[in-house]
Amino acid sequence: MAATEKRPVTGFGPLNGVVGWVDARFPLIKMWEEQWGKYIAPKNFNFWYYFGSLAAFVLVLQIVTGIFLTMNYKPDATQAFASVEYIMREVPFGWLIRYMHSTGASAFFVVVYLHMFRALLYGSYRQPRELLWIFGVLIYLCLMAEAFFGYLLPWGQMSFWGAQVIVNLFSTIPLIGPDLSEWIRGDYVVSDATLNRFFAFHVIAIPLVLIGLVAAHLTALHEVGSNNPDGVEIKKQPKDPATGLPLDGIYSHPYYTVKDIFGVMVFLFVFAIIVFFAPEMGGYFLEYNNFVPADPLKTPAHIAPVWYFTPYYSILRAVPPVLGSQFPGVAAMGAATMILLVLPWLDRSPVKSIRYKGPIYKGALALFVLNFVVLGYLGTEPTNVWGQFGPWLGNVERATVVARVGTMLYFAFFVLMPWYTSIDKVKPEPQRLTW
Amino acid sequence: MKKLLAILLLVPALSAGSGAIAAQAGVVLDRAPIDVRDVASLQAGARNFVNHCLNCHSASLMRYSGLKDIGLTEDQIRENLLFSADKVGEMMNSGMTRKNATEWFGAAPPDLSVVARSRGADWLYTYLRGFYRDSETTTGWNNVVFDKVAMPHVLWNLQGERVRKVEVMKDTDGKDVSDGHGGVRKVVKFETIKPGAMSAAEYDTFSRDLVNFMTWMGEPNQVLRKQIGFWVLLVLAVLIGLTWLLKSAYWKDVH
Repeated sequence: MAATEKRPVTGFGPLNGVVGWVDARFPLIKMWEEQWGKYIAPKNFNFWYYFGSLAAFVLVLQIVTGIFLTMNYKPDATQAFASVEYIMREVPFGWLIRYMHSTGASAFFVVVYLHMFRALLYGSYRQPRELLWIFGVLIYLCLMAEAFFGYLLPWGQMSFWGAQVIVNLFSTIPLIGPDLSEWIRGDYVVSDATLNRFFAFHVIAIPLVLIGLVAAHLTALHEVGSNNPDGVEIKKQPKDPATGLPLDGIYSHPYYTVKDIFGVMVFLFVFAIIVFFAPEMGGYFLEYNNFVPADPLKTPAHIAPVWYFTPYYSILRAVPPVLGSQFPGVAAMGAATMILLVLPWLDRSPVKSIRYKGPIYKGALALFVLNFVVLGYLGTEPTNVWGQFGPWLGNVERATVVARVGTMLYFAFFVLMPWYTSIDKVKPEPQRLTW
Repeated sequence: MKKLLAILLLVPALSAGSGAIAAQAGVVLDRAPIDVRDVASLQAGARNFVNHCLNCHSASLMRYSGLKDIGLTEDQIRENLLFSADKVGEMMNSGMTRKNATEWFGAAPPDLSVVARSRGADWLYTYLRGFYRDSETTTGWNNVVFDKVAMPHVLWNLQGERVRKVEVMKDTDGKDVSDGHGGVRKVVKFETIKPGAMSAAEYDTFSRDLVNFMTWMGEPNQVLRKQIGFWVLLVLAVLIGLTWLLKSAYWKDVH
């Protein structure tokens, strides 16, 4: 009998008996130790390693605040807008819950973008962490879907027209497009039917998938072990005879537990500044036009998605229509996110971390980040934001030209990666951590 | 000393006039001198709002009883502000139905509950003070920040009637100023042709109070939000310190 062979449970004081009873029937201690308690991590995690635990924290925050919002929100086209304001005005501390949720959505993308940037810095997607990376990309895609569905719910002008624009993207798909977008909406325009199904996706369907993917992401991480700023595989190191741990490894608990708690406090401080003092964040987190109730008969002059989608929105707009069809732009936008999935097989550098990679990768990554920010900015603005070039360039809009160059740079970073990472001059990777 | 006095007198005159002279291309909004902590101004704004706006516009997300938050008692609300409702617990709805409104004005007047959050206080302040006579429009009125707005100037008897004049800008020698693109630079000026019941300064104060109230109504909890935020940040700052000490204590022996 497996149950009787377990070592007795200690460390819970008077609850030893209860925990022991559970542990005899359920792998409680085993799961805890495998996933966190006895998980061995490299000692040299730096600033960039806070964002994984922060993403998990924000996920919990969004779920908890989301539950409370659901208690008073009405997924009904005639009541949705007013019910959000009811939460803001009459539900005790409803405004706090709502601002935490709306700020949390943006915060989620901030920490996830920084988390993904960390992977690009230190090659955390490299063998044996390809699947870990893929789960991460799928989480990111889920997050985008979650944010998109959720953004319709306040039923403001930007909610409505943003959804209208995005769903119409599907109608550009050849042959099935128009039927497909109608099927997604459940109506000829975004309507009450759309709101209801988006609500279902936002509060249950996508979160279920998201939580499953996060569990897979963490399980994969704890199977292969964490990468680190040096790209050293601590599992391949000899064991310290005194502790039995790899030479550069420590138990994540309590060391990274206490470190991540500190990280959460710093995060909450910044988060609270926004929630309490600038919840609209200058129109970037809560768009001003979304305080106007949805009106299917009044198209806003300028429809911009929320900031976290804007790099891709820029790519969409940058690609010119072919034979009158916008589909190439839509395909480019889709490809821009999907290309992340194959990243582990594009990087041919013999080393993982940017510390030992050569000047070409360093330059490429810097350019990629700058380009992503520029594309993101342009996506929030109308295409005439920078005026036009003169007649010598056919009076084209400056911002469109920049977005087109940016789109090519975005794809070049990935497509040319096998080439430029293999010719880059690298430094030898160390055997031990260098901190 | 005389020079200084002259400058001091000139500065407010210039800032007061800034709305009247706006470039033709884009309208420069006047900064609304509002303060959502100024309860007297909010109460005056509530009075202005109920008397002048609520007949056509609604504030359907706002309850009359919510006005207790700006220092009014239930009796005060009932006696002074309750025209189109019976109970203090009711929403601030307009007496006009949407159907009638659309028939009479071409477009139903928008709900004003959160208008300050979509338009911004400066826009509202400029808008309320930006009406002028225009024979080309159906109402006979036009607005600086909202061209051919469907709303007539309902406050005309307070502000008076103004007309808009476009003049070519002259330099000190009396010559036309070029706009750098082959044309001439123009300035827009407003002239009062019929004074209203209020002076310009009184009307500015009236508009300020009204905009202040609408800004407060856009988010009645905004003052509380900042008050709580201060304490939350204080507690978090302490927690950052404590958790840093905790982290340092554990990591002391890691090399």
